[in-house]
Amino acid sequence: MIEFCGLRLAHPIINGSGTFDAIAARRAFGDALLDDFPFSAFVSKTITLAPRAGNPPPRLWEAQAGMINSIGLPNRGLDGYLEHDLPQLAALSVPLITNVMGSSAEEVARLVEAVDARDEVAAIELNVSCPNVRTGLDIGADPVSLAALVRAVRPLTRKPLIVKLTPNTADVAAVAVAAEGEGADAISLINTLRAMALEPGSARPWLGGGTGGLSGPAVRNVAIAQVAAVARRVAVPVVGMGGVADGTHAKDLISVGASLVAVGTENFRDPRAGARIAAELKSLQIAGSPSTYVNASEPRPEVDANWVDS
Amino acid sequence: MRTLAPFGRRQVAVTAVDDAGAYRVLRVADPAGPLPAAGQFYMLATVQGWGAGRDERPFLPRAFSFLSAGGGELRFMFEDVGPGTSRLAQLAAGDELWITGPLGEGFRTPHDGRRPLLAGGGVGIPPLAAWASELGGSPLALLGFRDRTHAAGAAVADAAQVRVATDDGSVGHHGLVTELLAAELARDPYTVVYSCGPPAMLEAVRALCTEHDVPAQLALEAGMACGFGACYGCVVPVRDGGYVRICVDGPVLDADRLERVPAH
Repeated sequence: MIEFCGLRLAHPIINGSGTFDAIAARRAFGDALLDDFPFSAFVSKTITLAPRAGNPPPRLWEAQAGMINSIGLPNRGLDGYLEHDLPQLAALSVPLITNVMGSSAEEVARLVEAVDARDEVAAIELNVSCPNVRTGLDIGADPVSLAALVRAVRPLTRKPLIVKLTPNTADVAAVAVAAEGEGADAISLINTLRAMALEPGSARPWLGGGTGGLSGPAVRNVAIAQVAAVARRVAVPVVGMGGVADGTHAKDLISVGASLVAVGTENFRDPRAGARIAAELKSLQIAGSPSTYVNASEPRPEVDANWVDS
Repeated sequence: MRTLAPFGRRQVAVTAVDDAGAYRVLRVADPAGPLPAAGQFYMLATVQGWGAGRDERPFLPRAFSFLSAGGGELRFMFEDVGPGTSRLAQLAAGDELWITGPLGEGFRTPHDGRRPLLAGGGVGIPPLAAWASELGGSPLALLGFRDRTHAAGAAVADAAQVRVATDDGSVGHHGLVTELLAAELARDPYTVVYSCGPPAMLEAVRALCTEHDVPAQLALEAGMACGFGACYGCVVPVRDGGYVRICVDGPVLDADRLERVPAH
């Protein structure tokens, strides 16, 4: 067992918000899902105050070593979540982390207060990759806006408060420091990288939402850089994610300072990826074997600029 | 109808890849898998070399309705048209695949004694062939194809009484499959239509059935990342508002839930 913000977890692998729907998965796989749940805690998809249908299709684009999604946060809204989703998610055998997003501090405050009142919820994660209604800038891209938001909602809950950062910012560590300074219990990152795909042979965006978020192995090294940058600057625990597809990738994020690792896109390719990666990580940690990549603690081999792992 | 999938992907071996006109029939040994319901699908990816094609694709697994199942074997049918199917087309006996499934909701039998009529074409034949086999009694299947080479694929629907249409008139009716369907619906409207095919054909079938006030079940297709409701990528807009996910609410949907079949 490991400890994270007062939660006791069976292993360090959880899911990224919006990359695993436990309710839908139970429809596909039945109660075997509950008996063999792949994550040590479950992070809900993002809940907003009002219901959202999501973006018009197409919503997906397969990229090189990854994908771009423009889903648009479809959800039943706060009331629908509390009435319909939460009782079903409470059947899971692991702690539940509810992810919420609002376009103003008032909206986020209403979400946090409502979720705080429910015993089924073990922790709250704030999705701050949302434009501020007044400035149009992502709240999570600006340390000042984010500090104001966390200051406003921190007093509303005694549950652990995790702030999920966007990578689409100039200085992610400064944003993390701002969140920690206002009382965030943990930082999670990275969210997807803003990206665009064109309809083949045209100048029109392929995705119904125009732009989307890039995820998968293509962003793995961005995640390592940003998790490392944040973990060096904050004392609170960090949940690292971005392109994790096996135990080695999880170990890399832990080695640069992550306490937990979230799996996202790989869940789409392997529904039990969480359990597999947890087992791979455990055997790597027992063996104490080095990363397959250049081990930063050892002298670097002589390589040219195009060096790649053989 | 829905058969639950074992939780997780499982590794299976290819037993053969056969030609069926312009299509390939992929056979895999799946001794541990349950028997699927017609219209359900599986997510497929090769264990080796998935991601080794042009632009390092494919990356995500690909969804395929099964063509037939039994005796510990699953059969799928595809045409080599993109990075996923191109990789699958290279497979030979003994190669290994990851499969997850069966997934989604398949076709449902009507309880009002209507005559089942199958209509579709192109690479949409697998769920119809599987449904003909599950229904029994050799139902009529109207299948449309581009040309003779593609129409040879109709042979896989051996549990149906097949009538073919081709765009170029090289075999069967010279014209659209919906022309055959219109004639059949005029002859006997006490019918339920089961359909799968390219979006434009599916939309024409939907419109025709609406016009004749005939119920229809459509097996839809959309790009999907996961197949089990996680990614929310494979949505279609429904008449009563919002979207449904093809992977968990479909792929078979009642035609009257849709305003129209989306173009992609």
